[in-house]
Amino acid sequence: MTTLIAIAYLIAAVLFILGLRQLSSPKSARNGNFTAAAGMVIALGATLPLLHFTTAGVIIIAIGVVIGGAVGTVGARRVKMTAIPQMVALFNGVGGGAAALVAVAELLSFGAHPAFTEAFPSVFSIVIGSVSFAGSMVAFAKLQELMTGTPITYPGQQLVNGLLAAAIIGFAVAVLVIASVPFSFVSLMVLALVLGVAFVLPIGGADMPVVISLLNAFTGLAVAASGFTLNNFALIVAGTLVGASGSLLTKLMSDAMGRSLANVLFGAFGQVHAGATAVAGKEGRSVRTASAEDLGTLLAYSQRVIIVPGYGLAVAQAQHAVRELAELLEKRGVDVSYAIHPVAGRMPGHMNVLLAEANVPYEQLKEMDEINDEFKNADVVLVVGANDVVNPAARSSPGSPIYGMPILNADQAKNIVFMKRSMRPGFAGIDNDLMFDPKTIMFFGDAKDSMAKLINAVKAA
Amino acid sequence: MNNELLNELTFFVLAIFVGIEVISKVPTILHTPLMSGTNAIHGIILVGAIVIAAGADSPVNIALGLVAVILATTNVVGGFVVTDRMLEMFKGRQTAKAPTPTPTPKPK
Repeated sequence: MTTLIAIAYLIAAVLFILGLRQLSSPKSARNGNFTAAAGMVIALGATLPLLHFTTAGVIIIAIGVVIGGAVGTVGARRVKMTAIPQMVALFNGVGGGAAALVAVAELLSFGAHPAFTEAFPSVFSIVIGSVSFAGSMVAFAKLQELMTGTPITYPGQQLVNGLLAAAIIGFAVAVLVIASVPFSFVSLMVLALVLGVAFVLPIGGADMPVVISLLNAFTGLAVAASGFTLNNFALIVAGTLVGASGSLLTKLMSDAMGRSLANVLFGAFGQVHAGATAVAGKEGRSVRTASAEDLGTLLAYSQRVIIVPGYGLAVAQAQHAVRELAELLEKRGVDVSYAIHPVAGRMPGHMNVLLAEANVPYEQLKEMDEINDEFKNADVVLVVGANDVVNPAARSSPGSPIYGMPILNADQAKNIVFMKRSMRPGFAGIDNDLMFDPKTIMFFGDAKDSMAKLINAVKAA
Repeated sequence: MNNELLNELTFFVLAIFVGIEVISKVPTILHTPLMSGTNAIHGIILVGAIVIAAGADSPVNIALGLVAVILATTNVVGGFVVTDRMLEMFKGRQTAKAPTPTPTPKPK
């Protein structure tokens, strides 16, 4: 019997690994998700026969699966494509929470003096799982704009975080060395939840994808630790796979933004003042605006137009309107392409997904390295709801929070049309000099409405 | 150190290497779906949640088990479904790219 379970877990592990590999290539990615899901079904199916169920156990599992299944399905089906990043944060957080609760239940069953090899992974799982849960909830709140996306910093923040970490270590040692009593590990859990919140607060909304990826790796490790506690091979292998690949993915994502992970996580500290003075010095400058008709004429008689989509496009659901404008221009012989910054939108790949949904031809989507030399030949760059990814401050002002991030060279084009809802700064919370550039024309309004006005203007031109 | 723990440590270490190796060549556009996919995989904690819930006999254990199963199921189901929704978009793009270079007429 246990041999069969071991074989089933082995098959599940192989399916997870194959699934991950398929997920890393565009052609097979969707199948990869199914492969991993099949592994999950096998692992779950193999676990059930081994267990001795109490009546209460059967009932709570049934209720739990129904509720969780309904929440998961409805949440994942209903969510708008624009809100997917925060949905991933939410699903990651609940996984971390589950890992922590499993570890708490195990510690309760071990009694006051468990063996170190059982207690240590439990304590690890409680701490990391709770940090992941609380941190993911803050990330969710920031992305859902339930709270401000700008970094929240206060004097002595590092000291507070340091004290929290020290207290956590203290309670962990108490559980491991002195006695494993509920007071100790519940305190441990509460402190870890607070640390999770405190850890994500000072990180700006634009960096949330990297944070979610890191917390995803954390949850993986917490799950692996729970696997050590329960002596469950499937949890150890799957959790570790996620922990390892998630860590690498986190690094790849911060690399794509041209920053180190340490800079993403701790960059907000000590930069508050530099940022504040920079903004203050820019007050009172004026920008240029133009009517839809003028812009329509400008676009219609251009030869090369590059569209830079950003989160504003996603929010306004303007991807179909953008495609319509692009087709209209192409009919007039204008060469149109899209410049996709690696972190445009709220997550890597976000824009590709949205534009693909609107049937924008794949050939027109250009990655940053591919198109950056072509901006100087472009007559018009149309920035649709993007901001930080074309902010020259990333190149020129070392004090800026986004300094060092590779940006699109939109400032090299002959004309820049900036479509934005307002002069509000972008997600990184900083001013954009490009808006004050003499070559730049601002066109205010909701991206979708503005796009409709431009389409009419181009038709009339 | 007993044999079982040694085995577990072996799997743990090997899984670290496999996890890093297997996704090392992922293109930028797949970062988000891959994160979401791995997110679904750590929903395997549902196995752990079911193990602790199955034998629940005290009120505390029942409460812990119930909440753990709800959270873990949400993670698994939501994770896989949301990843599939993201990748659905990529599939459309791939087929549009493959057959003909001429743009297909839009249904609308």
